[in-house]
Amino acid sequence: MLRFTLLIISVFLLFPSFLFADVKEYTLKNGLKVLMVEDHKSPLAVFQIWYRVGSRDEVAGRTGMSHLLEHMMFKGTSKYGSKVLSKTVQRYGGVDNAFTTKDYTTYYQILPSDKIELSLDFESDRMQNLLLDEKETLSERSVVMEERRLRYEDDPQNSLYEEVLAAAFKVHPYHWPVIGWMSDLANIQRDDLYNHYRTYYSPDNAVIIVSGDINPEELIKKIKAFFEDIKPVSSRRSLVTSEPPQRGERRVYLKKEAELPYILVAYHTPSFPDDDSYALEVLAMVLSGGKSGRFYKSLVYEKKLALGVFAEYSGLHKDPYLFFLGATAAQGKDITEVEKALYAEVENIKKQPPSEFEIKKAKNQIEASFIMGQDSIFYQAEVLGWFEMLGDWRLKDKYLEGIRQVTPEDVQKVAKKYFTEENRTVGILIPLKEKE
Amino acid sequence: MKRVLLFILAFLVFCSSVSALEINREVLPNGLVVLHVERHNLPLVMVTLLVKAGSLDEPKEGLAYLTASLLTEGTKNRSSTMISEEIEFIGANLGASARRDYTTLSLSVLKKNLGKGFEIFSDVLLNPTFLEEEIERKKELTKSSLRQDEESPLFLAQRAFRKEVYGEHPYGRILRGSAEAINAIKRDDIVEFYSDYFLPNNSILSVVGDITPQELDALIKEYLGGWQKKPVPSRRSLPVRRVSKKVVKIDRELTQASIVLGHLGIRRDNPDYYALSVMNYILGGGGFSSRLMASIRDRMGLAYDVHSFFSSNKEPGVFQVMVQTKNESANTVIKEIIRQIKKIRQEGVTDKELEDAKAYLTGSFPRRLDTMRRIADFLAVVEFYGLGLDYIDKYPEYINAVTREDVLRVAREYLDPENYVLVVVAKQSEAKVEAQ
Repeated sequence: MLRFTLLIISVFLLFPSFLFADVKEYTLKNGLKVLMVEDHKSPLAVFQIWYRVGSRDEVAGRTGMSHLLEHMMFKGTSKYGSKVLSKTVQRYGGVDNAFTTKDYTTYYQILPSDKIELSLDFESDRMQNLLLDEKETLSERSVVMEERRLRYEDDPQNSLYEEVLAAAFKVHPYHWPVIGWMSDLANIQRDDLYNHYRTYYSPDNAVIIVSGDINPEELIKKIKAFFEDIKPVSSRRSLVTSEPPQRGERRVYLKKEAELPYILVAYHTPSFPDDDSYALEVLAMVLSGGKSGRFYKSLVYEKKLALGVFAEYSGLHKDPYLFFLGATAAQGKDITEVEKALYAEVENIKKQPPSEFEIKKAKNQIEASFIMGQDSIFYQAEVLGWFEMLGDWRLKDKYLEGIRQVTPEDVQKVAKKYFTEENRTVGILIPLKEKE
Repeated sequence: MKRVLLFILAFLVFCSSVSALEINREVLPNGLVVLHVERHNLPLVMVTLLVKAGSLDEPKEGLAYLTASLLTEGTKNRSSTMISEEIEFIGANLGASARRDYTTLSLSVLKKNLGKGFEIFSDVLLNPTFLEEEIERKKELTKSSLRQDEESPLFLAQRAFRKEVYGEHPYGRILRGSAEAINAIKRDDIVEFYSDYFLPNNSILSVVGDITPQELDALIKEYLGGWQKKPVPSRRSLPVRRVSKKVVKIDRELTQASIVLGHLGIRRDNPDYYALSVMNYILGGGGFSSRLMASIRDRMGLAYDVHSFFSSNKEPGVFQVMVQTKNESANTVIKEIIRQIKKIRQEGVTDKELEDAKAYLTGSFPRRLDTMRRIADFLAVVEFYGLGLDYIDKYPEYINAVTREDVLRVAREYLDPENYVLVVVAKQSEAKVEAQ
């Protein structure tokens, strides 16, 4: 009861501090970090293991390796056969899956909490004993090629996203897509994957996060038993390259079978925890935090130029990344008008700071979505992972505190600083369709 | 033996979690059914109002969708912009959506803003104005979204599939309606549909979260007190025609063939629902554990995803298998789907498959109810389909009662490898779909 009262007070006074009150942190002898959050509302637990490897760690000609390796992690070890993990997890009503990003690769299981030991057994096994069978590798390569066709080749807006990234980054590996280029996928060999696995899949390059109905003191003993004997990897290449400043607008056009024109604009921006990152996050909310955001009100509601419009700041990257503006033209509308309308909104903010009301609204939206997210044990764990991948899970407090400090002038300042013509890459999808 | 023990454990876990869900059910004098679950782990309240009218009840195609989407676009007290501004200022989410059998209006709000949130919620529910200007705007947006959806191969396949399976039955439409149908809707149609169906005696209010029964009573009295009951038009039961085999090919400039194969399914109240759930899990519903996934993805490497499902509604739903594969593999994949359907009809399933499917279906229940939002939506639907407040306890009993013989019987009765609708959206010159 006391605990509950305290919670409520802290929400009113200082919402960030209560959100992740009880994170337990451990580091094993081999460098494996373990984070745990207790939440006993339902008899479930989430186990996640995050490896610090993604498409950022790949090289030209071998793009897509991290993601293909993620697929192969389900295809058997010297101890367990292909898909045994998934089938076992499902037998207890659980689910398991994984995702690969530019910066990291995450595997997870959601299980009845008294079955969470399964995760320890399977994850410690596939951290060390992956088979990477030659035939299975070829077959899974085709599966990933199908995934690429599904997500990119046959999706006009996602295809444009690839074009824009490739133009915005010419030096940094953010240039290529996580799934990899089709021709690279066709050439990745079993041994390439094995080397990638041996280099990056080690305890000192991983973080375990467990949340839900768990007892951390008991669980850490078991985690040690399964993981502590795994040897760390002494050296691995770290990325040294960085993207030079952009010196002029870049424009790319994609002509493809599609229905409506679409525009995607990307501005280079710093990532968290840069001082500007908080104001950039609030700026994205002011522009497109719902139907009361400036973009929807102007482009969709008043001018009726767009079917949909968004602003997105992706600040949680290891290296400087991008602030996106995007819009799909409404039927019969000209994409150049849409582009002008996007810039007009951006210019308004550069000329005059947003109102106090808008800033407060944006902060309230960020606050509420964080609190609502806490109802999911998966999200609780995931948020810790995002920040841990940037160096330290404690940064999440800094992040929320930083958001609270943002003023209208800060938002105007970052809009002026980053929303410049020289700093933007503009992609336009031109529908190639004259059917019927 | 070990298996049996584990199975019992999983079952116990399930029960213990469920008993924690104390559902209060009350029918108010105006006929409104109120379901309430108190939860104080986070300062949140989730509200779902289900109105028993969906596209099944609409006299004109697209009317249920348009009516729902206009609720938040203006009331006697607030303009469209005021609604979104006030809701977003408190970080809440408010949205309405029409489904085939019903419409929902949902509110997610922080406890501290519950009064304000619920007041706006009641305003959009009770006082929508359906201004001509907003109707026109929404119609145009909807038509643009339909146009954009033509970029999605799966949308094209699903639309064609439903048309073939249902003909003129309302389930044969897409929810938003066709562009022509949208043009034919008048303001009077919307006002009439709203006043016919949006009634307390035709609705279910489900509230989950940090709110006591007294607080809920007070809110309902204050904001829904004036909601008057009125006779509801009786639901029409429309005949669904039985189709013979039909193949539809849609030609697009695509690298993959999107394939939908299936036919008419069952009503939600069909007692075979549970045996079919088990059968379908094994055939193609069980993710990495399903037969279709094991053969088409894992063994053949021909698809990223393949799955099957029975959708079940007030009227008969559909059974379908969905998959995307490169154009050239279309025939191979279609043959394999039909082979698997025939196989399960001939041979049934093994004891192990049966056991695994049951364990998953019963064991995954807590996960389906692991957030307040999910519980609120779930309770409303359980009430709507008349599954009973003890459904959470009964479900594992229904599933565990299924035998191998049941699975074989329902496979034979409800799967048809001869008379199906097959839709292939692809570059037809490469897919070269043969008569199967």
